[in-house]
Amino acid sequence: MLNDVRYRWKSRTSFHLSVPTLDIAAGDTVLLLGESGSGKSTLLSLICGTILADSGQVAVAGTDLARLSGGSRDRFRAEQIGMIFQQFNLLPFGSVLDNIQLPLHFAPERRKRAGDTKTEAQALCTALSLPETVLASKAAALSVGQQQRVAVARALIGRPPVVIADEPTSALDANSQATFLDLLFDQVQRHGTTLLMVSHDPRLAERFDRVLRMEDIASIERRVA
Amino acid sequence: MILRLAIGSLLARALTVGMTVLAIALSVMLFLGVEKVRTGAKASFADTISGTDLIVGARSGSVQLLLYSVFRIGNATNNVTWESYQDIAARPEVDWIVPISLGDSHLQFRVMGTTAEFFERYKYRDDRPLVMSDGVVMDDLYDAVVGADVAATLKYKVGDPIVVAHGLASFTKHEDQPFRVSGILEKTGTPVDRTVIISMEAIEAIHVDWKSGSKIPGQTTPTEVIRQMDLTPKAITAALVGVESPLQTFGLQRAINEYPEEPLLAVLPGVALQELWAIVGVAETALLGVSAMVVVTALIGMMATIFSSLNERRREMAIFRAMGARPTTILGLLVLEAVLTSAAGATLGLALLYVGLVIAQPIVDGTFGLWLPIEAPSWREFWVLAAVIAAGAFVSLVPALRAYRLSVADGMMVRT
Repeated sequence: MLNDVRYRWKSRTSFHLSVPTLDIAAGDTVLLLGESGSGKSTLLSLICGTILADSGQVAVAGTDLARLSGGSRDRFRAEQIGMIFQQFNLLPFGSVLDNIQLPLHFAPERRKRAGDTKTEAQALCTALSLPETVLASKAAALSVGQQQRVAVARALIGRPPVVIADEPTSALDANSQATFLDLLFDQVQRHGTTLLMVSHDPRLAERFDRVLRMEDIASIERRVA
Repeated sequence: MILRLAIGSLLARALTVGMTVLAIALSVMLFLGVEKVRTGAKASFADTISGTDLIVGARSGSVQLLLYSVFRIGNATNNVTWESYQDIAARPEVDWIVPISLGDSHLQFRVMGTTAEFFERYKYRDDRPLVMSDGVVMDDLYDAVVGADVAATLKYKVGDPIVVAHGLASFTKHEDQPFRVSGILEKTGTPVDRTVIISMEAIEAIHVDWKSGSKIPGQTTPTEVIRQMDLTPKAITAALVGVESPLQTFGLQRAINEYPEEPLLAVLPGVALQELWAIVGVAETALLGVSAMVVVTALIGMMATIFSSLNERRREMAIFRAMGARPTTILGLLVLEAVLTSAAGATLGLALLYVGLVIAQPIVDGTFGLWLPIEAPSWREFWVLAAVIAAGAFVSLVPALRAYRLSVADGMMVRT
């Protein structure tokens, strides 16, 4: 997926990330381990196309991101990638249904794949052990664990080929972590989705097909400006 | 759905957004209110006299003549002699002529001497005639008809006695010749409401024992004697004239202005009203300008609110971005919120205006004689509301562009 990529944040303290090569096969579940400040966020931003590499190639699902215009990259992200954050995934003022449908608004193809979005959302919620009535409730009214599961439903709706999860379990206690990962893996495997999860917790490793360490795949240069 | 989310986002910040909406609403209400008062005042003003073709008085300025003859403001510089009045009255173009004699007062109200014809000829607001709410037009020499405000303020009923004072702010009263209220006029919203009307002869009568503006000491002619005297006036203050045909108005005006015996002035009430409005209107325009600035201030307040909310909403924008929203979508979202906010403000302002009108209408009418019509909003008002919303969208571009830049820089990761 990534090939000889270099990126430098402009107008920040000098931070230089270079990734010689990173290849993730479709349908793989990959855990990316790294401490904070190891460039994980930058790497994810590169894959999602919210930032562009200074040199090298970033290809997601066979498409070279650098060839797309800014707007097409946003559209591409909406179509191809489901995103789960560490926490505060949801728009607190929106209903759960609105939150789940949000990416479809920017991705017409994905909306088509989803069919009847409400039924689909309901099915995902049921599969993720969320209560029946959850769709109508306000996102802010849910517990953190429930919110994270809604975020999974949102990432999975319309079956994007890639799901990226940025430390999705770090806000959860150990018990909820296990339940959450069970549900996530269940869904990802059912749909053959590529999963890239970022974490600093090596204990999660056993569930994944591959485990990568940030320090192995990327090198960072920091210079005090 | 985006609209629903935008509304949801606004509702989640109900307090600050509510304050902004309220500020915009109040400013819009003020602006539309000033506009209403302005047009109402202008209409009221133009409605003060209608049906009269010319106002004739001693030569001065047209505005001054209008002010003292119709609005009872200020004083005549000179009188018109009875001979000149009769000359004008005898002209073939003149259909009717009503003399007016001013100069005396009753408490804070002016006293006007005229003839019974005044009640037929004086028209206001689209040719509406004066109507008696109680009593009759003066019949006896010492009868007086009072305007609605006079009756209301002084609590006069038909049959009450009135003592007229000499001059406008004088302690000398015509106590020896008391008047009696014979009739009370209905409210007109014109200066007639604040006028005590007596006959021309009565004006002469109360000045029998006066000479050169002061009372002749020791001389008191009994009223029985006065009633026997010839009370034809020697001079009048002004006259209202109606012409036979509108085409003759200008000819008659020129003839009066060039009257050789005495310097006279004839003005068309409509023209003089416009001249007067041109003077008064400046203040009104200034007021409108000030209230427009208040609207601008409220919109800038909204801009400041959006600005200060940006930081706490970076998370929200990052979620939108991660879901595939373009930076322009973020920009559009913020502008949409501003449009919703200012639209809510404008609508609430309009509603408040009508509530205010319903409450204030009788008060304003009673206090200032200003009739503010309650009617469906005009196109002009819709344009004002549309302009407020457009201006709201425009000022929101400033914080929205900042959000745009932030969301480009942040991407989906919020760095603080």
